[in-house]
Amino acid sequence: MKAPSFAYQKAANLEEAMQLMHQHGDGARLLAGGQSLLPALNLRLTHPQWLIDIAGLDELRGERLKGSVLEVAALSTHRELMQSDLVMRHVPLLALAVPYVAHAAIRNRGTIGGSLALADPAAEYPAVALACAASMRLKSVRGERMVAAADYFQGLYQTALASDEILCAVEFPVAQPGERFGFQELARRHGDYAMAGLAARGQWGEDGKLQALHLAFFALGDRPVLAQKAASCLIGQSIEPMTIRHAQEALDQDLTPPDDLQARAATKLHWAKVLLGRVLAEMALDKGASSDE
Amino acid sequence: MNDHSTTAGLSEQGMRVQLRVNGERVDREVLVRQHLVDFLREDLGLTGSHLGCEHGVCGACSVLLDGELVRGCLTLAVQAQGKQVQTIEGLSDSGELAVLQQAFLEHNAMQCGFCTPGMLLTALSLMKEDSEPSRETIRAYISGNYCRCTGYQAIVDAIETAISRSKAQGALS
Amino acid sequence: MNARSELPVQTSDQSKLQNGYIGQSIPRSGAKRLLQGRGTYLDDIRLPRLAHVAFFRSPHAHARIKSLTLDNARKQAGVIAVFNGQDVAAFCSAWVGVLGHLKGIKSAAQHAVAVDRVCWQGEAVAAVIAESRRQAEDALDFIEAEWELLPVVTDMRDALAGHSVIHPELGDNICFHRELKTEGFEAAWASADVVVEKTYRFGRHTGVCNEPRAILADYNPAEHSLTVYHATQAPNMMQDIFSRHLNIPESNIRVICKDVGGSFGIKVHVYPDEMATAALSVMLRRPVKFQADRAESFVTDIHAREHEATVRLACKRDGQIVAFDLEDLTAIGPYSVYPRTSGIEGNQVVNLTGGPYRHLQYRAKLDVVFTNKNVTCQYRAVGHPIAVALTEGIVDEAARSLDMDPAEFRRINLIADDQYPYSFPSGIKFEKLSHHQCLDRLLALMDYEGLRKQQAALREQGVYRGIGLAAMIEVTNPSPAFYGVGGARISAQDGATIRLDPAGMIQVLVSVTEQGQGTEAVFAQIAATAVGVSIDKVRVMTGDTAVTPYGGGTWASRGAGIGGEAVLQAGKALRSNMLDVAAAILQLDKASLDVRHNAVISKLSGELKLEISELGRIAYFRPDTLPMGFQSELTVTRHYTPREYGFTFTNGMQASLVEVDIDTGFVKLLKHWCVEDCGTVINPMLVDEQIRGGIVQGIGGAMLEECLYTDDGQLLNGSMADYLVPMSAEMPDIVVDHVQTPTRSSELGAKGAGEAGTAGAPAAIMNAINDALAPLGANLSTQPFTPERVLQALGKVA
Repeated sequence: MKAPSFAYQKAANLEEAMQLMHQHGDGARLLAGGQSLLPALNLRLTHPQWLIDIAGLDELRGERLKGSVLEVAALSTHRELMQSDLVMRHVPLLALAVPYVAHAAIRNRGTIGGSLALADPAAEYPAVALACAASMRLKSVRGERMVAAADYFQGLYQTALASDEILCAVEFPVAQPGERFGFQELARRHGDYAMAGLAARGQWGEDGKLQALHLAFFALGDRPVLAQKAASCLIGQSIEPMTIRHAQEALDQDLTPPDDLQARAATKLHWAKVLLGRVLAEMALDKGASSDE
Repeated sequence: MNDHSTTAGLSEQGMRVQLRVNGERVDREVLVRQHLVDFLREDLGLTGSHLGCEHGVCGACSVLLDGELVRGCLTLAVQAQGKQVQTIEGLSDSGELAVLQQAFLEHNAMQCGFCTPGMLLTALSLMKEDSEPSRETIRAYISGNYCRCTGYQAIVDAIETAISRSKAQGALS
Repeated sequence: MNARSELPVQTSDQSKLQNGYIGQSIPRSGAKRLLQGRGTYLDDIRLPRLAHVAFFRSPHAHARIKSLTLDNARKQAGVIAVFNGQDVAAFCSAWVGVLGHLKGIKSAAQHAVAVDRVCWQGEAVAAVIAESRRQAEDALDFIEAEWELLPVVTDMRDALAGHSVIHPELGDNICFHRELKTEGFEAAWASADVVVEKTYRFGRHTGVCNEPRAILADYNPAEHSLTVYHATQAPNMMQDIFSRHLNIPESNIRVICKDVGGSFGIKVHVYPDEMATAALSVMLRRPVKFQADRAESFVTDIHAREHEATVRLACKRDGQIVAFDLEDLTAIGPYSVYPRTSGIEGNQVVNLTGGPYRHLQYRAKLDVVFTNKNVTCQYRAVGHPIAVALTEGIVDEAARSLDMDPAEFRRINLIADDQYPYSFPSGIKFEKLSHHQCLDRLLALMDYEGLRKQQAALREQGVYRGIGLAAMIEVTNPSPAFYGVGGARISAQDGATIRLDPAGMIQVLVSVTEQGQGTEAVFAQIAATAVGVSIDKVRVMTGDTAVTPYGGGTWASRGAGIGGEAVLQAGKALRSNMLDVAAAILQLDKASLDVRHNAVISKLSGELKLEISELGRIAYFRPDTLPMGFQSELTVTRHYTPREYGFTFTNGMQASLVEVDIDTGFVKLLKHWCVEDCGTVINPMLVDEQIRGGIVQGIGGAMLEECLYTDDGQLLNGSMADYLVPMSAEMPDIVVDHVQTPTRSSELGAKGAGEAGTAGAPAAIMNAINDALAPLGANLSTQPFTPERVLQALGKVA
């Protein structure tokens, strides 16, 4: 399958990229790593008139600690994230998730910005962003704005990005003392998109009870979903078989997964419950990751 | 139906691209929509990189771009501007793959050979990143390369052999 | 538990080897070019004025073509021509996929490009030929088609019921129906103490060769000749078919197979788009290439193995099997594929169910029905994965109902190793099998007792492991009984031409083809051994109908057994002819000489008398020095076809060890074993790797692969992201061992081995999963065994 014709321009800088996006509107797509865009082009699933190549924009690279947030620039590749000490130390949940992303060759080119801009419902980063209450920095000729993850993911492959906006960076609140993280997903084969997944961030108090819990499920809806009823079951509680069970039951109210090619809704919901139990158990034993590592 | 209203009237855009391929300077006009492997195969006659799916899943198209393993079908030729591309042919001639190739031959880690260039480049990439991978790690690393013929075991065996031989030669740290 | 296999022992010192190179694990020198990316696959070939074709394919599963407007497409950049079905039909005649020996089989005429009506989603409706593939694809968007939708038949029971008949002139949707019943069946059934019954479902799946289908046809109008570069397994068969359907004399057609990126049976069939490509070259008087892409491969490469079968086993209280009873319903596409027919797979299921077990009574019923999904046909191990799963599944059920260990139940019932030749109730005949030896070897190899103990201990801890066994028989080395008797111009014989070149090297031309299994290497080993030269002196060439002898090619695991025998006989004959020349040169008695390690030697003393390079020099350049009347004959051809047995059966035994996560339904494949008896093993490494590859391919069908269709015939998962093939991380290490019972029908004694792995793997996996879940009362009988199906069996999801 050969890609259809399109016009191509390599942006010299972010200014130019924003100008071009504004000029061409819906007819333009941004090319960063291309690991999701090129399959769609090759399969002729998308027919953009313009490709604006931003892969060379150094201003969109790198990770920077800024006070209580770690700013991860959009063009950071999965590989860079895997090798980043800053990510490992300050956003452990992201570090837990990266090894699940595809395979080495894809990780060498694919970017966090690309992943978050596409917002595939089965992808890992959207759930991590949601669990961590991250914020996206969106820029256009009209200016810059920050959009919280909870507001950013709006539907199936739909985000807050306007057609001329560019996702420039993600700001992750850095891990706090007492925070623990857990991440698991179920996939038929290593590197596949998940059939069900959970990115979790919990804040434990000195008394061993949960003070806060963010459970971001993915591959179980049209976007990542925070399981708020399940989480609220556990606030003020410690993790043990009974409390886990209550939380699992509460998931029925939090999640309405769709049927898909791999499994029916009931099965996906079942997996969500299993994952919840396993991730919570892992976090309780401090087996996942924590701010103290 | 078909969205060809957006493609109608669009002429083919070409672009000049200058890069190094297997150490040789290349200066060509390419179609912007042409992916890197099509460029290598069609324009440069380097047919050792193969197309098994063209959507980034099978790994038969793997090449090195500035030393990094990439899917050639997911890279536009124009994105290789100013970069260094290494293919199976170049890495064979340079000898970088010699130990792996010998191990593959001895273990019969290739049958039809279609996945083999991609598999070798992926194995080379692994060896550069990890000098003592477990069998499980090897299997995970090559899990983005589809082989229908071997069932993978011989490939894993060959990579293990190549690693221990490279160590013995002092080639791996 | 898993560790790197020891490198196989190789000896290059031929004088130390009893059997020459036979039995040696010699690496394939033919693989060197593949390791450097310097092979030549079809898409690598360039010719002057090469044009590329892309096909406009039906989006509908069943529709009448009301109108097809091609004018706009013709105007697009780079387009050379656009043709419809009628245009192509003027150059390529239609075909019907039926054979005489499948009584009553019927199908409708099929065109290279659809005329009037499309019968499956993906069927080619128009051909766009352009300067480049991308331009051809661009032009597809400018074709306008209007359709009249017709009723779509996708469910096999609906197809059987025939409310909607796809080809009204055929009367119903039944392509092939077969029934058999042995005479004493009813009485035997009544005498049984125990009857177990189960219905098994097998999901349709497909080959997914790494290299999609490809063909390059080059017509020469000056000679009315056609050269076809073709990724095919059977070049002579294709030569015959191009000849008859394009109306070009047979010997004006040359089919050349270069490197082929996997085939597994996918590339042995006639595909309408490939026939169209050949016709287009004739029509346009220039070379035309068709390289299928992955998306069109999924909708047009043959699918296989969509069955729903109920099997019953009747046995005595002591476990002795009395009879099998089978009802098999299988859904094919809207046409029986040409020329091998789509009835063979089901026919094999009838022939082979119950195969390893001693029983005299059998009843079977088969219905092969048309549907509006993609066509199906022979795919690696044809029918065996089904037959073995049915047999081994129901055998385990019977063992469970009698509370008997499954190995023990098999021990009681496997045909004894000394009961041969044995005539089987379905009509097939076994020359000599070795089930018991294989079972003994397997149980020892895997430490069956130890694994059972470990299983019990782990169950106490809530860890559910399962052990599954599968006994199998496999059809190999087919004679004309497979196709020829039905009227197909498919050769079941093969030939080898072997030639001494002046410098002392051997050229071997063989009609069996190579797609990666290593036939060329095997032939080199046989030739070197037969002639008496070292293997580095041998060159093998396959796959060129103008050069290689006429033969069957690769299918039904026949390469080593049939082609190998031809090579052996030709090599022996060449050796004899070389000794004639040597005797003439040396003026010695031929009987006192032999060829050994590239030289003519004295048999008695071992003294070197003449290098064969010197023999070559004299024979080719100085025949004036030889006795008057002597003619050297240093090129010899021999052909071979199996005569005594219709097929040479092999047998084997596989085992799978799995662990089931009963919360997620995921099955982890811990390890796999196979003990295979394929007769004389020429190259153990190559055979073992064929078996491993075959097992993983079988695992694919058992665990992961299914072509999913909507009720209106749309393929839902036609990409590598959605159709799941086995990748390395989930696959087990596989231990392979052998018993060797040579066939006496050839001197080489080699049986086939290419498909055994695939034949037995699904059964072993299924039995292992069910063994793991037995204490929980859960059982699976629908492949692929997805985590969802495991959870459903456990009652954890609806």
